[in-house]
Amino acid sequence: MEQLVYSKPESIKDDFKISFCPGCDHGIAAKLVAEVLDELNVREKTIGIASVGCSVFSYDFFNVDIVESPHGRSLAVATGVKRSKPDKVVFTYQGDGDLASIGIGETIHSMTRGEKVTAICINNTTYGMTGGQAGPTTLLGQITTTTTKGRDPEIAGYPIKICELLKELEGTAFVARVSVDTPAAIMNAKKCIKKAFEAQLKGLGTGFVEILATCPTNWKMTPQEAHERVRNEMAQVFKPGIYKDKVSEAE
Amino acid sequence: MNNKKQLLKGNYAIAQAAIEAGCQSYFGYPITPQSEIGEYLSTKMPELGRAYVAAESEVAAINMVLGAGSTGVKAMTSSSSCAVALMQEGLSFIAGDEIPCVLVSVMRGGPGLGYIYPSQGDYYQATKGGGNGDYKIVTYAPSSIQECIDLTYKCFYVSQKYRTPVCLLADGMLGQMMEPAVIGHYPYEEIDQTSWALDGAKDRKPRFIASIAREQEHLREKVLKVFEKYNKILENENIFEKYETEGAKLVITAFGSIARIAKAAVKLARKNGLKVGLFRPILVNPFPEKIVAEIAQKVDGILDIELNCGQMIQDIKASIAGAANIPVKFYGRPAGVMMTVEEIYKQIENVYKEIVEKKYGTACI
Amino acid sequence: MGRIVLNRDRCKACYLCMDACPNKVLEADTTVNALGYYPVKVNSEKQCVGCAMCAKVCPDIAIEKVYR
Repeated sequence: MEQLVYSKPESIKDDFKISFCPGCDHGIAAKLVAEVLDELNVREKTIGIASVGCSVFSYDFFNVDIVESPHGRSLAVATGVKRSKPDKVVFTYQGDGDLASIGIGETIHSMTRGEKVTAICINNTTYGMTGGQAGPTTLLGQITTTTTKGRDPEIAGYPIKICELLKELEGTAFVARVSVDTPAAIMNAKKCIKKAFEAQLKGLGTGFVEILATCPTNWKMTPQEAHERVRNEMAQVFKPGIYKDKVSEAE
Repeated sequence: MNNKKQLLKGNYAIAQAAIEAGCQSYFGYPITPQSEIGEYLSTKMPELGRAYVAAESEVAAINMVLGAGSTGVKAMTSSSSCAVALMQEGLSFIAGDEIPCVLVSVMRGGPGLGYIYPSQGDYYQATKGGGNGDYKIVTYAPSSIQECIDLTYKCFYVSQKYRTPVCLLADGMLGQMMEPAVIGHYPYEEIDQTSWALDGAKDRKPRFIASIAREQEHLREKVLKVFEKYNKILENENIFEKYETEGAKLVITAFGSIARIAKAAVKLARKNGLKVGLFRPILVNPFPEKIVAEIAQKVDGILDIELNCGQMIQDIKASIAGAANIPVKFYGRPAGVMMTVEEIYKQIENVYKEIVEKKYGTACI
Repeated sequence: MGRIVLNRDRCKACYLCMDACPNKVLEADTTVNALGYYPVKVNSEKQCVGCAMCAKVCPDIAIEKVYR
């Protein structure tokens, strides 16, 4: 007797549209969030916040209520939603430019307040939507359309280490950095995303997961080469791991 | 207590009216001369089990309002001038999103930091906006503490009924002064928001609230839809004050606290036999152009008075263009010293002489 | 043993699934799909074990179901 072992999560729309470039990790990350919403059985009371950048098209695939945020303000919007409807599950889906550059103020303060929301950040070391400019997480030496000779710290400063920063904030309950470059990494990423939602559901504080992700188009690499770069370059600077876990401590 | 006359400070009156109106969520950042609104609500809202968040900036505050409003609750922020400037992006999104919310803008002097003096220098900011795209912020301008209360109610009602951001445009004078007023009760019906608000996609398709419109036709329809609302608001929710405009030769146009002083000057002018009236738009955006045009057709001149270097006067001129060929004079000055009745009366007298006496001779007075 | 349901018109030919498949069941098709890509297809001579690794790594949810 044949058994169904995998199917599209219910938290992804039946008529979903994924407009990301071929091999972009956004699709994998979004699917993991959807799978977690399914497993926690919270889809029907979830409100998502779509940010600006490639992540703006969240409403094309997430099968949940969604409100669009201005660039960088997702966690302020999430604060407004959650404080008005504390019984809802609220999450943001943001890029690194949105969360760690233009929106760093909202990020730090919402997490310092310990807003009971979950923030998912796709870190691909570039501004993907606008064509691959240098962003807050661009690695030293990385060539982008605005660091054509490689990121020089004398000119462009250093890549921001998001998890290292956010773990220090008293309001965060779960902080982890993951990648989705292998099936094993994907399974680990899902576990972390689930914990980031549990942090919210248990009222412990903000749950945060940074996902090291590819941007094959702007990196000018095949999806396979891009995953190599995640492992060999990104993960060397942005160390994957669980930086803070009040969820397990509470158990 | 609600139905009794109390000595109230403008900012507290607005804050209490917001509570009476059922404001469920308030987000704000301090700035003089409106900080008492946030101070008052920081205590009252939690007592009532409602949301108060001291936002880290005005940028965050308006976006918290965006989030709160998207769930259908009555949401509000308050601020002033250079800080309302920080909210413009959020307001543009909120207008495009068709999210109801109330912004209390208590004007101070500018540009830049200016200072905390009363001012009407943000008429343009409120009515012309600083955000991008085709939209308007519906704006009501009170001229007394009682109107601060009544119009706070009106702002919540109009925002909820038409799903649009609405601004209460007060100034430092109104925010800081005290006078007797009645808080009363929210007089409007509650508008059901469940048909569009976000509360989780249970037993229905998911909803998406956004300003983004990827197809040209979609964007066009979206913008035209919000402009249709502005027409309806002008038609159904317009409020204004006409004082002694019948038979007037000269009409004063003014809004907010200055209009109140101007009204006293008009009374004095009438006492002295000058045929002067006052038109005070209370809904200043969308602007009641038709009414101004009708008035202009029956008078020999208009004197616009504002505590700025001339902002609403452009709307007055635009309103009468093609309808009447009369002089539109201006008296105003930047933020700072409030005008007195005598000062305005003197201006009325001068303009009256210049316009009316020139036309009819002194016998008409 | 195993079987996948593949929507070939959703595939953008990143071929991450081909790398993930332990039995190399998936290969590139020789005809383009609706999006203009050469999507993956199942090589019927190879045996799918129904591990669902391909579905897990697929960024486009082109592999809609996996049976075992």
